[in-house]
Amino acid sequence: MARYVLGRIGQAVLVLWAAYTLTFAILYLLPSDPMELQLAAAGVQPDSLSAEQVAAIKHQFGLDQPIWLQYWHHLAGLLRGDFGTSLTQQVPVSQLLADRIGPTLLLSVSAATVALVLGSALAYLATFTRLTFLTRLPALGASFPQFFVALFLIQFFSFQLGWFPATGGLVMPVITIAVLASSVLAQVLIRSFEETLSQPYVTTARAKGLSRSAVHLRHAFRNAALPAMTILGVIVGLTVTSSIVVETVFTREGIGKLAQEAVLSQDVPVVLAVVTVAAAVFVLVNLVVDLLYPLLDPRISHTRPAAASVASVEGVAL
Amino acid sequence: MSLVDIRNLDVSYGRQPAVVGLDLTVGQGEVVAVVGESGSGKTTTANALIGLLPTNGRITAGSAVVDGVETAGARERTLRALRGRVVGLIPQDPMVGLNPTKRIGAQVAEAVRLRGAPSSETLTFLEQAGVPDPEMRSRQYPHELSGGLRQRVLIAIALAGKPKLIIADEPTSALDVTVQKRILDHLEGLVREQGISLLIITHDLAVATDRADRVVVMRHGRKVEEGTPESLLVTPGSPYTRRLIAAAAPPTDFLSFLPTIHPQPPRDGADTTPPASDKTEYPQAVGSAAPGEISDSEKPILVLAGVSKTFAIRDPRRGHRGFNALDNVDVEVPRGGTHALVGESGCGKTTTLRIALGLETATNGSIELAGTEIRGLSWNRMRPLRRKAQLVHQDPFATLDPKFTVRQSITEPLVSFRVGDRRTRETRARELLDQVALPHAYLDRRPRELSGGQRQRVAIARALALEPDLIMLDEPVSALDVLVQEQILTLLADLQARLGLSYLFVSHDLSVVARIAHTVSVMSAGRVVEQGPVAEVFGNPRSDYTRELIEAIPGRRIHAA
Repeated sequence: MARYVLGRIGQAVLVLWAAYTLTFAILYLLPSDPMELQLAAAGVQPDSLSAEQVAAIKHQFGLDQPIWLQYWHHLAGLLRGDFGTSLTQQVPVSQLLADRIGPTLLLSVSAATVALVLGSALAYLATFTRLTFLTRLPALGASFPQFFVALFLIQFFSFQLGWFPATGGLVMPVITIAVLASSVLAQVLIRSFEETLSQPYVTTARAKGLSRSAVHLRHAFRNAALPAMTILGVIVGLTVTSSIVVETVFTREGIGKLAQEAVLSQDVPVVLAVVTVAAAVFVLVNLVVDLLYPLLDPRISHTRPAAASVASVEGVAL
Repeated sequence: MSLVDIRNLDVSYGRQPAVVGLDLTVGQGEVVAVVGESGSGKTTTANALIGLLPTNGRITAGSAVVDGVETAGARERTLRALRGRVVGLIPQDPMVGLNPTKRIGAQVAEAVRLRGAPSSETLTFLEQAGVPDPEMRSRQYPHELSGGLRQRVLIAIALAGKPKLIIADEPTSALDVTVQKRILDHLEGLVREQGISLLIITHDLAVATDRADRVVVMRHGRKVEEGTPESLLVTPGSPYTRRLIAAAAPPTDFLSFLPTIHPQPPRDGADTTPPASDKTEYPQAVGSAAPGEISDSEKPILVLAGVSKTFAIRDPRRGHRGFNALDNVDVEVPRGGTHALVGESGCGKTTTLRIALGLETATNGSIELAGTEIRGLSWNRMRPLRRKAQLVHQDPFATLDPKFTVRQSITEPLVSFRVGDRRTRETRARELLDQVALPHAYLDRRPRELSGGQRQRVAIARALALEPDLIMLDEPVSALDVLVQEQILTLLADLQARLGLSYLFVSHDLSVVARIAHTVSVMSAGRVVEQGPVAEVFGNPRSDYTRELIEAIPGRRIHAA
């Protein structure tokens, strides 16, 4: 068991490192001059500086070092919790993140929870009632672009009904994200339910004399939910990436909006930090799912008794 | 009055009729068997009785009364009252018949509680079904149990509702022959003792005639014939039943047909001499199509000498240790002949085959294929040798790429070994289809457009493509209906005679082995317990294990008739 956990954690760290390195490579290959951006932000014309002054500034920010050394310094800083300094706002990136993470965290957690409840309920009902209308609903929900859903909600609930404020509220952003996330979840779950319901053990359960609702709840649900669990990471990841569009449309001061601004102004350290944080969340959720899985599925056990492992080897030998 | 009274029943899937005008009764305490090949409507009939037809299945006419209740057109509530408490079902495949995420005790307890009894009765039923140490077992999950034990748990579930009728759907097809026998003996004892009626659904005439008071033969959704096992076997009314009897005859009857290196009459004479009429009446029996004598002089195509295989097992409590899958196995496949490996699951027969194919490395011993030692050969050195030995796999549904046409499947080996060009490959593909007796028009079909037997023919054609000397057949007919089995075995014998092929034939089915093989190795727990010409080994078994295997083969009554 300990071996399994350590292996999974090791994998998670590796993925995180790879995501960081890839982002670093892409951002530093972009044809932009970070120094120019910084000077522009400070209101200085780059042309007005002498060559010596330029070199001095480059040296101060470590921009005269070879790329791999910059990468190394950046990575070492990251391990200390130092994301560098924003090029455009002249404040530490970690401080920017700390200021902005609250609203996004609230948004993501709420949206993921709503999506989980809504998506599971829809899949359960659709497969139990066998109404084709319900089974097709998720495909519809997944095909609306988020900015469209957001604008529709603003138009209808804010401008026409006046129920929610167009900016700053939590309800409409959560709904916007949950529409897509719950649809994705429901699509996977419905598939999984249909697969499960065609299994012979469901016939066994029905032949015992159990009612359809008992079979659905006690036999089908758990077996259908297990394979669908693997997309929980995707769902949470989706709520994080959705925050870019949603926070922009609803003007919420969160990480998503920060990312959008940073990309527009080519603020490389900020973009790098946001991507790293998002990747960390994604990796963490997947890690938790991987670690929970053996606890929920009796077939996957990492402390097998001797008899079971002999049986499995025989299974391989057959 | 009969417990089950089916009259003029029609069942359809969509517009496709599955059962047509069926009459069937099961009396109180009676054991009735319905026999037929896949698509005969036997399982549909059973499902219709308890209202568990697939969603597109419907009873379109007739009536099916169970314990005085009409089930045709009945509401779910009525049917649910029948399920479990009046009719218990033992489903087809015990490996997948239990919920994998629920402890078995809980799964039996559900059936107990539905009857309003306390869950504590669970252990009684597990014990009745022959589950040893029920208290410990009830806390286990299905994957921790062997196939035989899972079958017993399913029997316990069926018993737990205290039904008047138990339907056993193919109770034997997924298990080893000795396990089958023990479980069926046990089930038969239980129902006779408790006065429960039993409806056995099976493709195996031998099982049906051994177990039932009355046998119903079905084909294409209709009843072909009905009668006591004795009357059916002695005076079969239809040609179809006669063919089934011929195909189900136990191996001892075939010993006299067997082409063997050392032809020697088996000793228990009376039992093994077939009625003379059989020979003339059923010339399609494979034995007669098999090749003649094999010369002793030539070197065997495949020689395994002293082969052992140890799989490493990580055991958290006792550290690393080995599991001996094979222990000092010697096997020879004669040129132009067939050597069979028989034994129960886990005996190491498939591991032997995988080692002979170079897919698995032996821990010890030597493997000589066509005079070349292959143990320890690198992938590149092994590759040219792969042309000499090809594989035909057990499951014809999984062995062909569903996206490939028949042409693509059978020319793939030619493409991968760069044999010929487009045109010669096309010619070869047609030649191969001729050899396996499929029309050329099938070249453009995909696997889903083929029946199981046709798929297996395509798999054989693919194995023949590179003109190998040796074909390894891993349970090549065990997924097929009896009569289709017969056709494939005939084809294999015929190909061997014409092309001089050698076969290494892996099977758990002794009657199939008796038909096709010249020599046989009986394996148990990774060792060869007995070896020799088929007639000697099966006719006069020296080891207790072989004797047990032979005695477990169903078909006592066919044999006696």
